Order: sequence, then C-alpha cells, then structure tokens
Amino acid sequence: MARNSAVRHYPGFLSATLACLFILYAPLVVVMGYSFNASQSITVWGGFSLRWYHEVFVGTESAKFKSAAWNSVTIATAAAILSTSIATAAALGMVRGGWFRGKALSFALLTMPIMVPEIVTAVATLIFFSAIGLVLGYGSILIAHVVFCIPFAFLPIAARLQGIEPHYEEAAQDLYADRGQIFRHVLLPLMMPGVLAGFLLAFIISLDDFIITNFIKGSGVETLPTAIFGAVKQGIKPNIMALSTLLLLVSSLFVSVSYMVGSLGNRGGRSRSGKRGS
Amino acid sequence: MTGAGNDRLNRSGAFRSVRTALLLPSWLVIGVFLLVPVFLMLVFSFLTKEFRGGVIWEFSLAAYDQFIFDRGLFGDEPPTIEWTYITIFCRSILQAAVATVLCLILGFPTAYFIATRDSRHRMVWLFLVTVPYWVNLLIRTVSMKFLIRDNGPLNELLLALGAISQPLTLINTDFAVQLGLFYSYLPFMVLPVYASVERYDFSLSEAAADLYAGRWTILRRVVFPVVRPGIVAGCILVFIPSLGAFLAPDLLGGAKNFMIGSLIEEQFKGNAGNWPFGAAVAMILLSMVLIALMIHARQQSRTEVG
Repeated sequence: MARNSAVRHYPGFLSATLACLFILYAPLVVVMGYSFNASQSITVWGGFSLRWYHEVFVGTESAKFKSAAWNSVTIATAAAILSTSIATAAALGMVRGGWFRGKALSFALLTMPIMVPEIVTAVATLIFFSAIGLVLGYGSILIAHVVFCIPFAFLPIAARLQGIEPHYEEAAQDLYADRGQIFRHVLLPLMMPGVLAGFLLAFIISLDDFIITNFIKGSGVETLPTAIFGAVKQGIKPNIMALSTLLLLVSSLFVSVSYMVGSLGNRGGRSRSGKRGS
Repeated sequence: MTGAGNDRLNRSGAFRSVRTALLLPSWLVIGVFLLVPVFLMLVFSFLTKEFRGGVIWEFSLAAYDQFIFDRGLFGDEPPTIEWTYITIFCRSILQAAVATVLCLILGFPTAYFIATRDSRHRMVWLFLVTVPYWVNLLIRTVSMKFLIRDNGPLNELLLALGAISQPLTLINTDFAVQLGLFYSYLPFMVLPVYASVERYDFSLSEAAADLYAGRWTILRRVVFPVVRPGIVAGCILVFIPSLGAFLAPDLLGGAKNFMIGSLIEEQFKGNAGNWPFGAAVAMILLSMVLIALMIHARQQSRTEVG
C-alpha cells in the first residue's frame, strides 16, 4: 500500500490544486465581500450593510434590472424546455436508431453549436435574421438560445441512454407495449437523471449567455448579462456587485442541484449493474 | 462502445423505424438557424458594404483585400501589406496558446490530484472546481477587473504587505488580458483531464516503478501518453474559446489590446459598421478552428489505427 501511494502521488500537486482553487475563487469572494460594503465608494470599507441589495430591488435602476431578469428567466425556461425536448428525441434517434448512413454527419450537426466559436455563431445569426427580415428582440433571442442549448442538453441525455441496456425495451416489447408506452413507462423514467441534467445545463447556459444575446437582442430588449455589461461600461458600482452576487448564488444553486441529480442517477446505475452481476 | 453493443443487441429496436422523425427536429433547427446562417455569412463576406451596417448585393473581394492590403485612404495607392489585422490575429493566436499552456501547467496537477483522492473526497474537490465553471463568464471577468484595478484589493494587499511601494498598473495591459483568458478557461482544462486520469490504470505506474523508473519518469513516459486524449481535449476546449474571446480583451484590455473577437464585434456593434469585413474576419477565424479540429480528428484516428 505504501509503495502504491508512493507511485501515485507527486509532491507539489496539492499546492497546485490549492493555487488553482484560490485563483478561481479569489475574485468571486472579493466581489461578494464588497457587495456588503456600506460605503458609497468601492475602495473604502465602511462596515457591513445590505443597502446595495436594497438598491437592486427598489433603487433607481431596479425597473431596468427587473425587466432584464424577467426576460432572462422566461427565455431560459422556454429555451431549456424546447431544447431538452428536441435533444431527447435526437438522443433516442442517435443511440437507439441503429447504424445509418450519415450518422457521423448527424452527430457533427448536433454538436456544431459547441464547436463553432460563440462570436462566429453570433455574427452568422445576426446576418441571417437581418437577411430574412426578422425583427430583433425577444423572439430572436429565444430562437438563438434554443439552437445553442441543444448540444448541452443532448450530450448528458445521450450518455445516460447509452448506459441503459436495451433489455428493458425488449422485455416491454415482448409484453406488447407500443412505442409510446415503452417510452413513457420504461425509457423516460430510466433516462430522467440525464434529461434533468440536460435541462439544468441548458437553462444555465441560456441564463448566462452574453455574446450571442448582445449581437441579436436589438434595441430595448435586455437580459441580465447584457444589462450588467451595459452598467459595467460606466464603472463597477456597488449595486452591480450585489446583483452579480445574487446571480452567482443562483448559478451555484443550479450546479448543486444538477450535481445531486447526477450522483443520484449514478448511484441508481451502479446498483442496477450490481444486481446484474450477482 | 456501449452504443455499438446496444445496436447489435437491439435487433428489434422499437425506435429504429422512427429514427428519422426523431432526428428531424434537431436537424431542422440547427440546420436552418446555424448551418444556413454560416453559409450566408460566407456569402456576405463577398458582398459590398453599406455604410451604416448591412450590405449591398454586389460581388466584391473588398473585405478580404482590406484584411491583407493597405491601399491608402482613397484606395488608389499601390498596395502594400496591411499589418494591422495580421498582427491582431497573430497576437490572438499567441495569447490563446499561452493561456492554453498556463491552464495545462496548473490544470494537469489539479486534475491528477483530484483523480487520485478516494471517491468521497474526490466528489468534494470536483464540485469545488465545477462551481466556477458554471458561474457567468461576464461576472467572473468583471470580478477580475474589480480585483486587479489600480486601487483595487490586489494592489492594496500588496501595498499593505510591503511587496510593492506603488500600485501596479495591471488593467488595460496585455498581461491583464492573458490573466483573464487563463482565469476564464482554467476549469475547461481541469475537467476533461480529470476524466482521463480517473480512467487511468495505476498498475501501469506500479509496473514502471518495479522496473526502477523514477516518479517523474513514470509521469512523463507512462501517465502522459495514456491520458493524452484528455489533455488534447482540454487544450482544444481552452484554445478555441480563447481565440474568439471577447469579454476578457474588452473588459480587461484597453483599446490597444484588441483580439479577434473585439475586431469582429466592432464591425457589427461598434463604430466601424463594415458587415462584409466582419463576416470575412469571422470566416477566417472559423476556418482556423476547423483546421485545428481536423488535425485533431486525423491524429485521433491515426492513434486508434496504430
């Protein structure tokens, strides 16, 4: 055992890990800390206060932030529902559809929104919308978000489906279940952790998007990231730090939930394979 | 692997006959709203610019010509090479490459360390690395801007510690952009490398040790070659978004620290308003990314065959 660990472990790797976490968290922790600063100045510490959170909700800019938050949440919800539905069907077709001509091409198309740099997607989408004469605004943002959320929903769902043995469907088929019944009563419950993980990923990817939204939002319609970007251009004010902290907490909450869903799913998978082995 | 196994077992597959119907919505949505737009972007890069944004439907090579040649203010002087845009591209490639190397230097030991923990602790470490990965990139970049500005917390800390006597000017420098890229995409390196090291069979390391290989020799000659796909995946995931980055150069760099992303943005949102040129620059960026991905795919298939 001692010999084993000597080969496995390297001096300095713990320090590297701690340095890595320090770099990742330090800026976030500093901004979180300063969002509770009572002082008007962003450099001087004036004691603990919640005044900037109060400012976010009832201050002069609160109406702007509220409508931006409403747009962000409704677009993210709609985009996540649509892209997860499309991705679930696509995962069934890709994983359970057998081999077909152009399967690799189909996979390339499904993952294209991840492969193309975001700024290129933004340019192409803007050019397309202006060429077909679509009015830029809420609708154009929603369409673009559905498109780039599809691969983020597709990958976890397809991975989950690949881990499900086809025996379950075969058994259901032997019992005269039709396709709809097999999907509803057999496959969907088994796929659920993957579908949920895909949904949460799509939601957070849409909620966080800045570059594409910034290109195609048109004038007048803002989401939270574009509103924050606009405000930061005039300097980092304390209420922006409070708003950022809130958004940061929402993201962390979502990661925690998707983590728990994922580990529940894994545990389920492990116990099933354990049963098969025995 | 599993997929192939499923295909063979699933002879009477209930979903095989409706495969096309299941895939059609995704093909249509991505095809119409991304594949067609990319082709349209290619077309736009060969059109004539309209002065306040948009295009005139007349064939023109002006966008690519402007990228390479300088023909003077009125376009009637003999062409000389225009270095402005080539310099921006070279600097972007260099900065993306440096960011990738920095992410690898810090990301590999982190991923390795996490993968060698026992399974309960591993989840905690992994969770800690994953959270920043999902925090809004804009907020992370703004936080970095806040931290390193002239009278920001970093400078105050260093002054208080006596490490410096005057505040450092970090913001609006190439260094700040580099730091921003490294900070933005560090988790993109850790996660795929972790996935590779987690599957690594440590009896290989033990066998090497039995043959009197030193620890660092084992790392270099045994671990690295085996986990190479994860390292390559991590490098691609850091390099591609770094190359097209917009937020880090825009918020942390100044007007002098232009990257490809800022150049493209300026053609559509900013004052330049030259759509064909913006489309051409985006096209050149996309071609570079596609070439990088193709080299990767070819190497991968070669290692699989060999």
